[in-house]
Amino acid sequence: MILELKNVSFTYSRGTTYSVKALDNINLSIDEGQFIGVIGHTGSGKSTLIQHLNGLMQPTEGQVFYEGQDIWGSTDPAEQGKKKVSKKNRYDLRSLRTHVGLVFQYPENQLFETDVISDVSFGPKNQGLDETEIRRRAEEALRQTGVAEKFWKVSPFELSGGQKRRVAIAGVLAMNPKVLILDEPTAGLDPQGRDDILDQIKKLHDERGITILLVSHSMEDVANYADRIIVVNDGKIADDGTPKEVFSHYRELEKMGLAAPQTTYIVNELAERGMDVDTTATTITEAKESILKALLEKGQLRKGETFV
Amino acid sequence: MFKDVTIGQYYPADSILHKLDPRVKFLGTVIFIVSVFLVRGFAGYAFVTAVLVTLIALSKVPFRFMLKGLRAILIILCITMIFNMFLTPGEVIFQKWIFKITREGVIQAVRMGVRLAYLVIGSSIMTLTTTPNQLTDAMESLFSPLKVVHAPVHEIAMMMSIALRFIPILMEETDKIMKAQIARGADFESGGIVKRIMNMIPLLVPLFVSAFRRANDLAMAMEARCYHGGEGRTQMKPLKYSGRDIVAYILIIGFLAGCIFFRITRL
Ligand SMILES: Nc1ncnc2c1ncn2[C@@H]1O[C@H](COP(=O)(O)OP(=O)(O)OP(=O)(O)O)[C@@H](O)[C@H]1O
Ligand SMILES: [Mg+2]
Repeated sequence: MILELKNVSFTYSRGTTYSVKALDNINLSIDEGQFIGVIGHTGSGKSTLIQHLNGLMQPTEGQVFYEGQDIWGSTDPAEQGKKKVSKKNRYDLRSLRTHVGLVFQYPENQLFETDVISDVSFGPKNQGLDETEIRRRAEEALRQTGVAEKFWKVSPFELSGGQKRRVAIAGVLAMNPKVLILDEPTAGLDPQGRDDILDQIKKLHDERGITILLVSHSMEDVANYADRIIVVNDGKIADDGTPKEVFSHYRELEKMGLAAPQTTYIVNELAERGMDVDTTATTITEAKESILKALLEKGQLRKGETFV
Repeated sequence: MFKDVTIGQYYPADSILHKLDPRVKFLGTVIFIVSVFLVRGFAGYAFVTAVLVTLIALSKVPFRFMLKGLRAILIILCITMIFNMFLTPGEVIFQKWIFKITREGVIQAVRMGVRLAYLVIGSSIMTLTTTPNQLTDAMESLFSPLKVVHAPVHEIAMMMSIALRFIPILMEETDKIMKAQIARGADFESGGIVKRIMNMIPLLVPLFVSAFRRANDLAMAMEARCYHGGEGRTQMKPLKYSGRDIVAYILIIGFLAGCIFFRITRL
């Protein structure tokens, strides 16, 4: 278990007429190496939730643990359980943020340097690494996010939206985080750019073993990439499980203003009409295989024959 | 939604003061501030206090919201009172080394303290019960006679309302960019003055970029809708006086007359 939330609640503008309870008693544990999709409709509290994971926001109630250590508690066991933590025993939040990298929604708005590679170097520089290591990390991150070398020396403001997005993701990746959290990394990108970025993220997960949290509005995306899905609704965790488990509750999801991937609807519709398909298929490949199998068993399709 | 009004301290409630025409509130506040400096005697202040308490009660805004404004000027308030106390010449009632407190000084200090406090509370009542946009509308309407001398009243009002609209947006933007840079290990809190200023660059550059982009977008959008300045332009919600506004004006004039009376009679 790398990250854990215990009874976390958060209220915006507490004590005023505008107070909003954005998180309500959240319990959550995240294991190393998971690829987690976080879904929920607009305003459900996803962004608020993920900002608690790297100590950017302090919960109004509850505790956040990183590798078993309470990040708002004292590092000195003698002081544990006290409300007030003395300055020298405070948890090092800056180093936590290099372990838990957070890419915000529309991260291209944070670019500021004169050229791409210096911008990506900002994170490692803040970690206090030496020149060569900073350079190595920045180049590696840019390669991993697929930014071509000819762009490394240009101003980030001259890039296209999708390229800026990659540079911004590289800026977080260059810190070598163990956990990478991405808040809607594909918002506003074309289908090609979206698939590229998601494939790169998947590769990072598979090759570097980084734990990934992907906030997304697209059910197809999370079904294709995630091995666990967390559904946030009204500041609470409404569902948590494998994509198959979560999307099998698609009627509940609809009540929350969400939906299952299109394939779930197709296989369910087919099953209702008497076809023997696997209704838990969530990706297009799974659905295709299940439909072909059903057709084959029914004798409507000869062996070796396919549609596509 | 609420993000529209975070500037100023508008407190939404359903009170007679909230419903009043913003022009009435604006002029009323000006007159109230004048009166606070007009009255001198005990009876005069008692009268002003009674009116202020009535207004607070009518506004349905919790009193602690008005005290918030007071907290902001606490230091100025203290300095003013201390200077008045020690530096007003007159009958000495306490003396130590070079410091002496006079009777007149104490009276003057209390008077200045009360004046400043009332001034802040009085204007707080206006800003708490009026949205910033209503206020700019009121100012545009009240200053429109200046158009005769070619003062760009409409343009100034437009700039004010756009600025007001942008403040919460830019604050939100600042917060977002700041968090994004903190997530990349930026440090906005430690170091000496030069280092701190240098550390602001990752915040300021993106903020300016986004502010210019927004300004540009807005200008385009306004032009696309044929905005051409104030000439012949009507309002979606024109300000209109109703019966209660007239009553309020009469009461305000009555209040001013009362204060002048207390001033003349030196009560
Ligand atoms: N800075 C803020 N001040 C006050 N309330 C806020 C603030 N930020 C968010 N909220 C409120 O908290 C709730 C959760 O917001 P949050 O941004 O976490 O939603 P979200 O799930 O990320 O939505 P989206 O999908 O639109 O990004 C919403 O009701 C929102 O209005
Ligand atoms: Mg969000």
